[in-house]
Amino acid sequence: MDEARDVPEFRSFGGNEPLSTESDTREMLRNAAKYRDQKKLNDYFIVDLDTHHIETGSWNEIVEFIEDPILREEALSAKRKPESRLGPVLFHANGGMFSQSVSGRIPHSNLASGEPRDDLSVHGDVVPLRRAMDSFGIDRMVMFPNALLQVGTHPNVKVEVNLAFAYAKFMTEVVLPGDPRLKTMALLPFSDPDACVRMIDMYGDHPSVIGFTITSVRHNPVHDNKYMRVYRMLEERGLPLSFHAGYNWQDGYLRQLDKFLTMHAISFVLCNMVHMTNWVMHGLSERFPKLNVVWIESGLAYVPFLMQRLDNEYLMRQSEAPLLKRLPSEYIKEMFHCCQPMERTNLKLLEATFEAINAESQLLFSSDWPHWDFDSPSIITDLPFVSEQGKRNILGENARRIYKKL
Amino acid sequence: MKDIYVDDFDKLKHGERRLITNGRLEIGVFRVKDAIHAFLNVCPHQGGPVCQGRVMPRVEEHLSDDMKSVGMSFSDDEFHLVCPWHGYEFKFQTASHVGSSSISIRRYATKVVEGRVYVSV
Ligand code: FES
Repeated sequence: MDEARDVPEFRSFGGNEPLSTESDTREMLRNAAKYRDQKKLNDYFIVDLDTHHIETGSWNEIVEFIEDPILREEALSAKRKPESRLGPVLFHANGGMFSQSVSGRIPHSNLASGEPRDDLSVHGDVVPLRRAMDSFGIDRMVMFPNALLQVGTHPNVKVEVNLAFAYAKFMTEVVLPGDPRLKTMALLPFSDPDACVRMIDMYGDHPSVIGFTITSVRHNPVHDNKYMRVYRMLEERGLPLSFHAGYNWQDGYLRQLDKFLTMHAISFVLCNMVHMTNWVMHGLSERFPKLNVVWIESGLAYVPFLMQRLDNEYLMRQSEAPLLKRLPSEYIKEMFHCCQPMERTNLKLLEATFEAINAESQLLFSSDWPHWDFDSPSIITDLPFVSEQGKRNILGENARRIYKKL
Repeated sequence: MKDIYVDDFDKLKHGERRLITNGRLEIGVFRVKDAIHAFLNVCPHQGGPVCQGRVMPRVEEHLSDDMKSVGMSFSDDEFHLVCPWHGYEFKFQTASHVGSSSISIRRYATKVVEGRVYVSV
């Protein structure tokens, strides 16, 4: 462009290179920052109920917090020698975890970003999260891990329990103090109800732990009697319970899906559908009417499907679900749903979905940043059929209503 | 309409780009084989910086005469611009999404005069 003397107002930008895994989040999200200003997103209180903290890069720090000395020693074996090339021991990722970026087409989705981190006053993991919050105009970011969402499939319950506690400690002592806007919903080691109780006791009063999460990738029926004291505890403390979906490529039917695309499309929905079905049909909403339940990262299109399906079958077989006093869909309507990834290739269907789930009071914005299917807050402000107050509710006010620590 | 000089044709290699802005408009100018294409740096999906994505050859799946899938390969002839936010792929030739022709990126006219590449803005 040096020779462009005839049009001096145009100049080069971006180094004429594609964005990459090394790119700064602010550069990756430069367009989002423009929409933040154009759409005045800073005038909204925006809560992102689902962002991902990339725990991969900090794995060797996280495992330092493992309580069990034998497991800790196993995990730390990777770093006994500085030149060790061992991978992250105890890291339990299902197949496909590192295929998220579609062969590098979507670089921010790579799980070990090489982004330069300039602010040394906070842990390095805080830096890209802050940049993302600022770019999107987000006021509170609620963080979840990645591979740890699959820890419920580890055959050794001790590993699940120890990693859940190690991660909670790492987050509350190392990452969350870096920015008061960062929050989390601690992972319940759900295979061990006693450990769940201990987790809630330890972190239930922490100002940055706004609720607790059941990682949905697991085979623990949520209506098992052994969990009732866990739900009672959360209800009494006014702490929402979230179900964070994930994928499990090893799971029966899903093993037939040989593309990441197809497996991902079904798996993220299937796990939450199974848990939601058990939750509703076993009358857990009747048993714990004040416990707010939040469904994360399955999109929205599955919800009206499940409402209709369960209503239809319930009316013919009511005797199998005697705890219900209303139609299944009426309980689902009172739950909270995170929007991402919001299916919007057919706006009429989306509008009907919004109506079916009472979106203006029950929908919660979530970005899922930095994953490949993230949504920015402007997908809500751009919707033609939602009222201005509805947009404010979805972007933040609904979350503020149920999460007391926001 | 104004012709903006971008660079010399010979300085752009296949698959390379020049990203230009006047502070308001951002445009990506690409050389793909011997053709020049220019697009607005805004993706129709969620507004991502499409011109800052990778240039990738089309992935093709091959079938045998009896309709068996016999594998995939990269095309030698067709190239796509991939939006880095969520991976929408656009054909350079048509500016439309490979999987849905109703989704397009905004194209700008280009020309090469005496070895100099211009985009009309
Ligand atoms: S913004 Fe381009 S693919 Fe989503």
